[in-house]
Amino acid sequence: MNSCVGVLALQGAFAAHCESLASIGIKTIEVRTPEQLANVDALLMPGGESSTMSQLLESSGLFDPIAARIANGMPTFGTCAGMILLSSEILDGRSDQRSFNAIDVSVRRNAFGRQVDSFESDIDTRVGQFHGVFIRAPRIERVGPEVEVLGRLGDEPVLVQQGKVMAASFHPELSHDVRLHEYFVSLMPTAGKV
Amino acid sequence: MSSTNSSSVGTLRVKRGLAEMLKGGVIMDVVTPEQARVAEDAGACAVMALERVPADIRRDGGVARMSDPEMIEAIKASVRIPVMAKARIGHFVEAQILESLGVDFVDESEVLTPADEKHHIDKFAFTVPFVCGATNLGEALRRVSEGACMIRSKGEAGTGNIVEAVRHLRSIFGDIRKITQADASELFDWAKNLQAPLPLVQEIAETGKFPVPIFCAGGIATPADAALAMQLGAEAVFVGSGIFKSDDPAPRAKAIVEATTHFRDPQILAKVSRGLGAPMTGIGMDEINEAQKFASRGW
Repeated sequence: MNSCVGVLALQGAFAAHCESLASIGIKTIEVRTPEQLANVDALLMPGGESSTMSQLLESSGLFDPIAARIANGMPTFGTCAGMILLSSEILDGRSDQRSFNAIDVSVRRNAFGRQVDSFESDIDTRVGQFHGVFIRAPRIERVGPEVEVLGRLGDEPVLVQQGKVMAASFHPELSHDVRLHEYFVSLMPTAGKV
Repeated sequence: MSSTNSSSVGTLRVKRGLAEMLKGGVIMDVVTPEQARVAEDAGACAVMALERVPADIRRDGGVARMSDPEMIEAIKASVRIPVMAKARIGHFVEAQILESLGVDFVDESEVLTPADEKHHIDKFAFTVPFVCGATNLGEALRRVSEGACMIRSKGEAGTGNIVEAVRHLRSIFGDIRKITQADASELFDWAKNLQAPLPLVQEIAETGKFPVPIFCAGGIATPADAALAMQLGAEAVFVGSGIFKSDDPAPRAKAIVEATTHFRDPQILAKVSRGLGAPMTGIGMDEINEAQKFASRGW
């Protein structure tokens, strides 16, 4: 069976991620319900507004099934708001905001500033130099001992991995560069092309 | 903020990027910090800070201008989600002020009284991204050629009537579909008829899609309205008067958020549409004359 990457499509930049994955021959499903989640082998959580996604994760009944899948080793990649959702601690978030505690980092929401401070910059990553697009971006303020830093902006970690879970504070889907999507797909057991 | 030598702000990619982040979401008009918190609690992906919702602007008449910076700052301080604010068409100084306040998006809006009868704002001159309204594809492309990073339908704001937004979305997406079928020589004719730059028309023909995200605004009052806009091709929705002019704003706001996400799922739409109380009353298009229509503002 061909493997398939789900892209969480509750709110945010899911369409751009689907295009990036399609361009490297990966089958994608937009995930809005638990039934759709059941059909995917990996999950990408896009940027968007983390507080909006948190609410929709609850109302759609997706929070607990996703948490269970991650605990069972499903490869998962969160970008920007998606990173906030995967983190073990959210700083400056809403008090009722839950996260999956899937990667041991503390992240501060919008720590790089408002939209007028949003920027693009080259960063050094495991896959080589990468052009990072940072939009109202969160900052990784603490990295746990089990977490590997895969990319830095200057000295600062912006791309991290723990087991099968990856997180980025920037937007690889906006750079027309699929190397990080390819790296993520390689975490799937049967790294499958359609 | 941290910056490295190669870092740059305010690029087209960064500006269009925020529009990308707002997809699938609901942007709600709010006039107080309390309403902004209700909107954020309900799952809004952004708020539009303004002094009066369009229904009240329509009722009051007179000249409608940019909101008081003090109220915009109060709303900014009350939520974590992006805050947008409106400048008058062509009023680049209002836009400069909004940018200096650090709003996340400027709406060059026909809901306010136009300041220039011929020129829109040169939006490339700004670090902050702009959204502009459009009734058809030519107008939408002219706004992109001026630097707009997001287009929304105009609809007829403050009426609670979706019919105009449907007309605008059908016109925009219908013409996009036709252009993707046109041959190279027909594209010249399309550009001429749309009064739009040829390279942007050619880009649509090549990519099959509009250069920036297209959202729906104007007349959304119910979860079903939001889902209709999404099924017609809009990538997110603005709700102006529809929430805080209804009987019970908080549950309606939440229901519209869920309907925008699950826009193709009638069972979920039925579930979230239940027991919301009365929507805003609304106005039929035959009850307002041409001079009262906001949508005809913009050139």
